[in-house]
Amino acid sequence: MFRNVTAIHLHLAGVFQRKKAGTSLARCLHQTFAMAKRLPARRLDGIDHNPWVEFGKMASEYDVVNLGQGFPDFPPPDFAVQAFQNALSSDFMLNQYTKAFGYPPLTKILASFFGKLLEQEIDPLKNVLVTVGAYGALFTAFQALVDEGDEVIIIEPFFDCYEPMTLMAGGRPVFVTLKPSPTQDGELDSASNWQLDPTELASKFTSRTKALILNTPNNPVGKVFSKAELELVASLCQQHDVICISDEVYQWLVYDGHQHVSIASLPGMWERTVTIGSAGKSFSATGWKVGWALGPDSLMKHLRTVHQNTVYHCPTQGQAAVAQSFQHEQLHFGQPSSYFVQLPQAVWRYRDHMVRSLQSVGLRPVVPQGSYFLIADISDFKSKMPDLPGDVDEPYDRRFVKWMIRNKGLAAIPVSVFYSRPHQKHFDHYVRFCFVKDESTLQAMDEKLRKWKDELRP
Amino acid sequence: MFLAQRRLCSLDSRAKFLKTISSSKILGLPTSAKMSLKIINAKRIEGLDSNVWIEFTKLAADPSVVNLGQGLPDISPPIYVKEKLSEIAAIDSLNQYTRGFGHPSLVKALACLYEKFYQNQINPNKEILVTVGAYGSLFNAIQGLIDEGDEVIIIMPFYDCYEPMVRMAGATPVFIPLRSKPVDGKKWSSSDWTLDPQELASKFNSKTKAIILNTPHNPIGKVYTKEELQVIADLCIKYDTLCISDEVYEWLVYTGNKHLKIATFPGMWERTITIGSAGKTFSVTGWKLGWSIGPHHLIKHLQTVQQNTIYTCATPLQEALAQAFWIDIKRMDDPECYFNSLPKELEVKRDRMVHLLESLGLKPIVPDGGYFIIADVSLLDADLSDMKDSNEPYDYKFVKWMTKNKKLSAIPVSAFCNAETKLQFEKFVRFCFIKKDSTLDAAEEIIKAWTRQKS
Repeated sequence: MFRNVTAIHLHLAGVFQRKKAGTSLARCLHQTFAMAKRLPARRLDGIDHNPWVEFGKMASEYDVVNLGQGFPDFPPPDFAVQAFQNALSSDFMLNQYTKAFGYPPLTKILASFFGKLLEQEIDPLKNVLVTVGAYGALFTAFQALVDEGDEVIIIEPFFDCYEPMTLMAGGRPVFVTLKPSPTQDGELDSASNWQLDPTELASKFTSRTKALILNTPNNPVGKVFSKAELELVASLCQQHDVICISDEVYQWLVYDGHQHVSIASLPGMWERTVTIGSAGKSFSATGWKVGWALGPDSLMKHLRTVHQNTVYHCPTQGQAAVAQSFQHEQLHFGQPSSYFVQLPQAVWRYRDHMVRSLQSVGLRPVVPQGSYFLIADISDFKSKMPDLPGDVDEPYDRRFVKWMIRNKGLAAIPVSVFYSRPHQKHFDHYVRFCFVKDESTLQAMDEKLRKWKDELRP
Repeated sequence: MFLAQRRLCSLDSRAKFLKTISSSKILGLPTSAKMSLKIINAKRIEGLDSNVWIEFTKLAADPSVVNLGQGLPDISPPIYVKEKLSEIAAIDSLNQYTRGFGHPSLVKALACLYEKFYQNQINPNKEILVTVGAYGSLFNAIQGLIDEGDEVIIIMPFYDCYEPMVRMAGATPVFIPLRSKPVDGKKWSSSDWTLDPQELASKFNSKTKAIILNTPHNPIGKVYTKEELQVIADLCIKYDTLCISDEVYEWLVYTGNKHLKIATFPGMWERTITIGSAGKTFSVTGWKLGWSIGPHHLIKHLQTVQQNTIYTCATPLQEALAQAFWIDIKRMDDPECYFNSLPKELEVKRDRMVHLLESLGLKPIVPDGGYFIIADVSLLDADLSDMKDSNEPYDYKFVKWMTKNKKLSAIPVSAFCNAETKLQFEKFVRFCFIKKDSTLDAAEEIIKAWTRQKS
């Protein structure tokens, strides 16, 4: 008690000394106080950094073509926009709470739509949870299933939230790296070339391994895991009694005839997998923040417990819009009129356009089979311009991206942000570009690249 | 089995293991191997799976039941709010991600609105966080600031999520009940329910990390007075404790009462998170937007939780909310401003509910704020003998009986108490009155018939 009174007294004394004429005392107190007790909970240790804020800020300060942010700059399809409008103009009670675990027409259609895909009986109440984006589904799964001391296998490079979410749940991340095999001279690298070493993967499983987080199609590399690769992961999960959290947000974004395979559809996997999806990525409406988790009741009941003690409900109208959008897709499934067919076809062309264009300045893209992204090898730049401005310990790719933003008018994301701290210096020679952008954006990109190429000439 | 696995994972056996798994045959395990060897769920959710709402909303879902249970309006939100959302949904760019800690135009509007109360500028980027409802703000605040082993004071009865959220953070809830003064002769009011200052002081110690305050209060409807808030503030300062102030019903205060923000009391801004709700402000609970306001040294931790949980809230809803706010911010002294018109509208409904409950022979507690009213139902001496589950508190049985037999639903107030003290409030039932006239008319019909039956 005295310690606190003294602390306050000292603050006040300091305040009076610093008080400027005309500044109210209240305002001074406002600025100078600090609590004596430790403030952040320990679960936040080491997870407060946010690379997106830094790069997003820079990109907004310069005249850039922003290929860093992972969202489309074209609108959602008309039927989805209409679905949202319908949700707003129909029953005004859609402005109020709906069922906690998901708006019933949405859970119903998710159950029937994915039941067919996964060849599984899916009950809308027991096997489906609607969440605030796939991000929210990931958080809910980690909180429900990962305990203090549990190990979680994370495949690098990884969507950057997996590591802090593991840490926040008291878990211990165990990393295993996708490694590219060397390519032939002159040939472009491909994301399918980036593979897990089966021996190395197997060695990561211990008796403490609780979960493995899988992302296919993968962000940032754009790898689409093959059935054989998934069978490897599946057999290890079964042998070691490990849960698989499968982040499949880009499931429709697959190119070159590749097939997305859900690991939950493999024998023995439904009962130990939480499959996560995203309306934002499915319908090019990332701002709606509607996602879902699917799985057996034995796992989902724990996600429901977390959900009811965290957000409880998700916004109703977004869910109504997604339900109607899925109804459209169910009607058109597999046909040329399906958005899940049209979108990848369009994006495939954007990918090819970007792959061609980037090479003109000496960037070497790794051709992705899926997702919104490709990574480009910047090793040539690293050897020609090793000393780009930046902090002493700053990985090269971050310094490169900042240089590119300032000098070349293009924004991207350094791939080292998708690696664990100890590995960042080994993978500091790639940058990630998003190609799910309007034609006009890609043309603006071409303009910037033309200027860049001109500047390369001696 | 574990031993075998460890051997398999050792360096010596790797080649053998590789050969075995690459033949893609599962090592003798049945294809439907269950998760039997490990405990599946994390310890943090032990005991938190039950939820009063799931049970009672199911009961009230029967369309023939007049639902005065769950706290959601069945009145329409203001027309301009609905119109704004409709306009905004047509704007392409608003269908994509916005700023994680809050859509820029919304945090600006919130800063502008609340600066009027705090007499300080509020930094929209550093001192405001937009969350998934006020519920999300409660979660972010507790996860961000409360640690294992901390104690958190909760005032009973309490909005039911406070206890499980505190427990999920590994902390210990410390309860203190509101107690009523005797009220012979006059109408029972929510202001008759108070905290005993000495009892409150005894709950504070060096481990007390925070106190959760809810004003106006759910379910009683109490609006804490300046003196009552000062007692709490003094203790917070003395024990270096945080205050999480849930003020979702801040606009819903009735004649003769004023909502006060504890964060405006000397020494309190720096230790208070103040939580608000779009759902309760604009009668749009389904938008699930809320906010936390506080000093950056606290808000930054809620922001860290946000970036590791949901990252960002829905864009079109935030933009629509910002525009709705601007409309009302510009006319705060106007009776047409929703912040003024809604409480006027609700005061009439409140008075009607008080009258109805009294006509049934109940003793309602007239709320000074909020949109709930609680009443002691034991005076009815209803015959609950056909309610089989005799372990449940009286009010649970009563609500189930009333829903089944009278087609009127409500919420048992002991749901807002911890396990040990349910009996203190088991005679009380909570009714929600933010309902359209036809709903209240239907309730009136039921009550009139009930009254006739009794006599």
